[in-house]
Amino acid sequence: MADLFSRGEQPEYLFWVGCAGAYDDRYKKVAAAFVKILSYLEVNYAVLGKEESCTGDPARRAGNEMLYQMQALQNIELFKGYKINKIITICPHCYNIFKNEYPDLGGRYQVISYVDFLDGLISSGKLVFSPEALGGVTITYHDPCYLGRGNDIYDSPRRVLQAVSGKLVEMHRNRSFALCCGAGGGQMFKEAEKGDKEVFIERTEDALKTEASVIATACPFCMTMMTDGLKYKSKEEDIKNYDIAELIVQAMGI
Amino acid sequence: MLSQIIFAVALLLTIWIFGYTSSRYIKLFRITKPAFPVRDIRKRILLTLRVAMGQSKMFRKPFTGFMHALVFWGFLVILIGSIEMVIDGLTGSERSLKVLGGLYELIIALGDVFALLVVIAILIFLGRRLFLHVKRFEGIEMKYISHLDAKVALSIILLLMLTLIGMNAGYVALKVAGNEPIHGVFPISKHLAGLLEGMNVVQLHLFHEIHWWAHILLIFFFANLLPYSKHFHVFMSLPNVFLSRLDPLAKLPNMDSITREVKLMMDPETAFASAEGEAAPERFGVKDAEDVSWKNYLDSLACTECGRCTSVCPAAITGKKLSPRKIVMDLRARMREKGKGLISQGKDFIDQKALLRDYISEEELWACTTCNACAKECPININQPTLIVDMRRYLVMEEGSAPGELKAVFNNIENNGAPWQYSSEDRLLWAKDIEIKKS
Repeated sequence: MADLFSRGEQPEYLFWVGCAGAYDDRYKKVAAAFVKILSYLEVNYAVLGKEESCTGDPARRAGNEMLYQMQALQNIELFKGYKINKIITICPHCYNIFKNEYPDLGGRYQVISYVDFLDGLISSGKLVFSPEALGGVTITYHDPCYLGRGNDIYDSPRRVLQAVSGKLVEMHRNRSFALCCGAGGGQMFKEAEKGDKEVFIERTEDALKTEASVIATACPFCMTMMTDGLKYKSKEEDIKNYDIAELIVQAMGI
Repeated sequence: MLSQIIFAVALLLTIWIFGYTSSRYIKLFRITKPAFPVRDIRKRILLTLRVAMGQSKMFRKPFTGFMHALVFWGFLVILIGSIEMVIDGLTGSERSLKVLGGLYELIIALGDVFALLVVIAILIFLGRRLFLHVKRFEGIEMKYISHLDAKVALSIILLLMLTLIGMNAGYVALKVAGNEPIHGVFPISKHLAGLLEGMNVVQLHLFHEIHWWAHILLIFFFANLLPYSKHFHVFMSLPNVFLSRLDPLAKLPNMDSITREVKLMMDPETAFASAEGEAAPERFGVKDAEDVSWKNYLDSLACTECGRCTSVCPAAITGKKLSPRKIVMDLRARMREKGKGLISQGKDFIDQKALLRDYISEEELWACTTCNACAKECPININQPTLIVDMRRYLVMEEGSAPGELKAVFNNIENNGAPWQYSSEDRLLWAKDIEIKKS
């Protein structure tokens, strides 16, 4: 972003990578996959690079409103400096906080979740691929809480998956009934409280019951949890956990 | 005339007790904090029509949802009949709303049919509570009194319906015996009236009177019992739905008091300008009953302990201590416990106890994933996660208390702008070596 800005150019979109996209080894691949799609279509976008910083979401959900607001107000200042008004996120937690919570602090943007963005590209015919491209794998989709219940985004990820493979099967708890992966609200970063079972195992069992060979996720935390669940069940060889963006890249062969 | 006087005394007594109860609740609401301004009335009316009148969220569990909807819709129709009974009782008239003509016939007919449907639904509900082991009716928060409360309320509703049917059947039989015109249509009771054929007019009159009085006095009693039981739900659900938070579930409310502090740190001048005339808050987040918003408190009063929230909570499902229903019930119980002192001595009243720790443990609060399954499930739009986060806010910002790993996350965000301990210099490493193809 800084480079473009210094050349006096203004990209149409800011692609907000998020901390997981930047640092989590597995999710780095998702960020890379999404960038492949953006570049393939020559979308006019930029990233903030080293200037990007945490949105404040984990702090906020864990009760540290002070730290959240410091992060948020700094980010809002940064966005103001670059005159940013369209933000694409690949993390539902970043999406939610920009879309719903930054406006309370004066940061108003057009915030686009990548699942909606990809859905738009497919329905407008810009992204074209054969539904057979993935060899007819059966996919089940795990709704991230912050897209689904949190922001009522249920259909666009399903349309995308229908496009990459006609075989989409639902877990018995799906859409607004979907079970959390167990990582929201700060849980990603701490041990779970004492109980009989880990939430991610319960949710992985939901996915395994569908007998799908791919679990599609659309959130970095869900991805960590579902991948861990597959490992716990020793299923990581037979069943793969991919992000929606990765499945598109595979289907397009880019 | 005597019966009119007795009726008026009973009604006044009912209103007086109800007024006393209400005034205490109003005083408690005055102690609570602001939540959000109530705007978008049109949206709220539509929401109330859909969620409350249409029972839309009840149908997330189709069978019990439908049974409950029958009880609720029956209640609405029969309420009109109850209003007529109050008019009749005060004026000494009989079936005074018959002036409504065809509409009256319809209302009475519907009420008569619904009375039977409600009886069936209530018997199913009682059966579920007495003979089936329904998991969501259990839990550490479900004490003996909670179960008793439910059974008493169901029994009273059953009695209300039986007396209504008895009253209707008696009315029809009495009119038939006296060869008088019948006002209203009674698709169910007219068949039952046949069973009363052996009685003479005096006996039928007595039969009708007994059921009439039993029905209306039971209503008066029930109305005053409700505010002291979990079935306050009957009164509070509709307002609770109308006053729902309209934001997306994942949005947390902003703490403006913090915004002022942060702006003060970042830019002293703007902060002073905006802080003028606003009092500093006494406490960040929620520690005790007086810290909650009016909406939190309303939520707690409207809750009927159905347990749908807890039955979908990922923490509860996997055996953790958290139960969203318990959080809501604890707030109600704590307000009841502390309320007396709060009303007489004001906000500063202390009793060496608090909602936090004496009712709700830190372990429960830290088990929440903020997934909003509970809030989505609640048929009357109670919002549990915002209260949980408000209590976390107290823990973190007033006590500096949080699980160690989360404290590390706070440090990392503060120092290197990410929840993990990586340098911001490494933020672009993911983008190395990506093979780019163009279309």
